[in-house]
Amino acid sequence: MEIKSVLNNVEDAQSATAFKDSANEPEKKSFIKKIFGQSNLGDFIFEKLTLLFAVLVFLLVILMAYEMYTNSRLSIAKFGWGFLTSSTWDPVTEVYGALPVIYGTVVSSLLALLIAVPLGLGVAVFLSEIAPGWLEKPLSFLTELLAGIPSVVYGLWGIFVLVPWLRDSIEPFLQDHFGKLPFFQGAPYGFGMLAAALILSVMVLPIISSISRDILRSVPFTLREAAYGIGATKWEVTKLVLSNARSGLLGAIMLGLGRAIGETMAVTMVIGNRPIISASLFDPSYTMASVLANEFTEATSDLYMNALIELALVLFVITIIINMFAQLLVWSMNRKWKKG
Amino acid sequence: MSNEEIKSAVIASTGTAGIVQQSPKISAKDFCAYFGKFKALNNINIDVPEKKVVAIIGPSGCGKSTFLRSINRMHEVVGGTITGSLTLDGEEIMKSDAVMIRRKIGMVFQKPNPFPTMSIFNNVIAGYKLNGHHNKKNLAEIVEKSLRQAALWDEVKDKLNKSGADISGGQQQRLCIARTIAINPEVILMDEPASALDPISTAKIEELIFELKKDYTIVIVTHNTQQAARVSDSTAFFYMGELIEYSGTKKMFTSPEKKQTEDYITGRFG
Amino acid sequence: MEKRVELNTFSFFRRKIVNAVMLSLSLLAAIITIIPLILIFYYTISKGITYLNLDFFIHMPKPVGESGGGMANAIVGTLILIGIGGAIGIPVGILTGTYLSEFGNNKFGFMVRFLTDVLSGIPSIVVGVVAYTMVVIPMRHFSALAGGIALGILMIPTITRTTEEMIRLVPQSYREAGLALGIQKWKTTLLIVLRTAWKGIATGILLGLSRAAGETAPLLFTALGNRFWSTKIFQPMASLTVYIYDYAKAPFEDWNKQAWTAALVLILIISFFSLMFRIITRSKYKV
Repeated sequence: MEIKSVLNNVEDAQSATAFKDSANEPEKKSFIKKIFGQSNLGDFIFEKLTLLFAVLVFLLVILMAYEMYTNSRLSIAKFGWGFLTSSTWDPVTEVYGALPVIYGTVVSSLLALLIAVPLGLGVAVFLSEIAPGWLEKPLSFLTELLAGIPSVVYGLWGIFVLVPWLRDSIEPFLQDHFGKLPFFQGAPYGFGMLAAALILSVMVLPIISSISRDILRSVPFTLREAAYGIGATKWEVTKLVLSNARSGLLGAIMLGLGRAIGETMAVTMVIGNRPIISASLFDPSYTMASVLANEFTEATSDLYMNALIELALVLFVITIIINMFAQLLVWSMNRKWKKG
Repeated sequence: MSNEEIKSAVIASTGTAGIVQQSPKISAKDFCAYFGKFKALNNINIDVPEKKVVAIIGPSGCGKSTFLRSINRMHEVVGGTITGSLTLDGEEIMKSDAVMIRRKIGMVFQKPNPFPTMSIFNNVIAGYKLNGHHNKKNLAEIVEKSLRQAALWDEVKDKLNKSGADISGGQQQRLCIARTIAINPEVILMDEPASALDPISTAKIEELIFELKKDYTIVIVTHNTQQAARVSDSTAFFYMGELIEYSGTKKMFTSPEKKQTEDYITGRFG
Repeated sequence: MEKRVELNTFSFFRRKIVNAVMLSLSLLAAIITIIPLILIFYYTISKGITYLNLDFFIHMPKPVGESGGGMANAIVGTLILIGIGGAIGIPVGILTGTYLSEFGNNKFGFMVRFLTDVLSGIPSIVVGVVAYTMVVIPMRHFSALAGGIALGILMIPTITRTTEEMIRLVPQSYREAGLALGIQKWKTTLLIVLRTAWKGIATGILLGLSRAAGETAPLLFTALGNRFWSTKIFQPMASLTVYIYDYAKAPFEDWNKQAWTAALVLILIISFFSLMFRIITRSKYKV
């Protein structure tokens, strides 16, 4: 018993001196500095502050949906689901049916993909599998440059270069040779579905190609080596890589689709802006985004405004669904290789 | 009773002069460490005396790095948890503020990690400055003193404004040591400080450790048994999360008590 | 092995030909992709250069029917609008990105990351509609503030995700070095980790700003446009993109030409951002 207490005394005495030695400088600080400088309070505040902003971003998406929903109640109450299936869009009689513009949106986007997907995948294959290093970098840069051109500049170019060219050369040519097909009927004005689809294809091409390129690159090199090892040609190896990456590539294409559906300015400037459903690519059409761009500031009645905001809500929901699927596909693709 | 008298009394009563000659700087008692459910360390009991070098050796995955990181609570950064007691000067490390503990117990890592966006000068002073000291007059003095202590001053004194990433690997590691010294710690932990370096740089680090021992308590983890033999006063051998043997380095390398230790030291392991 | 695989020369040549054809096709795709780029740049420069002079930068638009004039108000307007956008988008983006990389390895972090990616796919015109309902309707008039908020929202995903990715690229050893020096986590994150990742984050910011500079749709019914000089953020404000849109549709040849010049100036401003990025990031210490 005695020994133990003596031992304790020794330890106490020594740890006390040690304490004094080590404590000389920091202990002198003021209370506030001690709180903020020494304890975990700074870390706590920092973490919660960044969390707050993350929550803000989270709420933002929800807030957007809520805002559009509450501001389109008149239209939702009046037309119900008929808003999506009725084909009359007439501000004069206050009847709003979105079918023609949904049709125009979907068709112009799909046509754009028809052109952009083969090209985009071709570019991606070229960049990731074929191009030598010295060519790959500048080429990637150029395609990214294409993505950086503002939409309105595409539209400007569309109005003054693409449309006259279509009107004077391409559309007459198509009519002369394929005039019997329903796609090439009517007067070739230049403005219309064809112009919109072409412009859109140029605009989504860099998205599809750059995301696809990244996905192809994420496929492990060992897979290629294995294929080369059994005597496959470069194209056969590429096919194998493509088939291994197909879900990610589908994601890339869907991201392109999402972009095409929401693209506004360039389309508005060349599509002709008439809410009709026609098989002919020469005829004018209208997209959801174009309606908003053209008519939003002209909406005189509350119902008209509500119908337009409902259109924005529909556009929002469609693009969110497409993007969710696309992101999940791209994410799962990246994850697959990271784990393996 | 004066201190001296107590001491002699204790020595007389216990009969072992060794035990109380000095209370340990760092002491682990029934210390265990976990990563999730995995038990990385089991019932470690070890005392590190002040101003000595203790080397921890053992094969990869034996828990030696985990133990080292626990001493200044860096295990928390990688998601480890611990039980048992681990003290610095008798004070529970886990009950102290992590930030305070790390100022008293500095750490040098396996791979040199100077801050690439800072100059050599700012690298040395980084810990000091970011800890809230702004006394401008002292800075140059501290930098010179720390770099001299780290045996790097003569090599970098003309390029203090260059990036910390622009010097050789060995110099980078000594820069990291200088950075640790600059906040004036009591203990320096070294996690295989020379394993990424060439033999000449390694020799310099080892010399440096010998010098630093005068002012600091040093715990060094190494998988190089020769290095442990060269630099340390005592050596601990870890295996599979257990402390197998802990004794004076000389004894450990000449007449180890356990068979496992002997096998490891002589390279007959596995 | 029981049987040796026979080398079929015909199929071998067929495979060689298919290989050559497919590889050429992918090269062709690359060439076709570059054509519109060249065409657009060619026309923007050749048509835009006619009106590109000092007047364009320092004068106001002339009334309908008079030729000449400039777009001083629109150039300043665009800069103010992206300034407002940046004031919102940059802090939100950087802090959210920091959260995602440093604390976001949990379900909530996963959700925010996912929603940010989804947000980046929302059409810019929809963001304009939301800015209209949230800012223009309560304020009862169009304003630069509404336009700037729309642009700020559009910047958030780019800046958030770049920040997150760039911070993740900073090796764990720098965080450990900072913490082991007894520096608190928040200081380590801000002064060491973010500082190391700064170049990458700056790329994200400049990318966000330059995209915002090219946006038209979200401004059409928020900032609206203004034919007069205005730097008041509670009033409608001119922007280059809306001018390009209006002048391109207008039935006056003179305005059409000015639209091309505005497009050229816009592209120059966007290029200026990427140039600035290169200058900023050419710092003396490498990462």
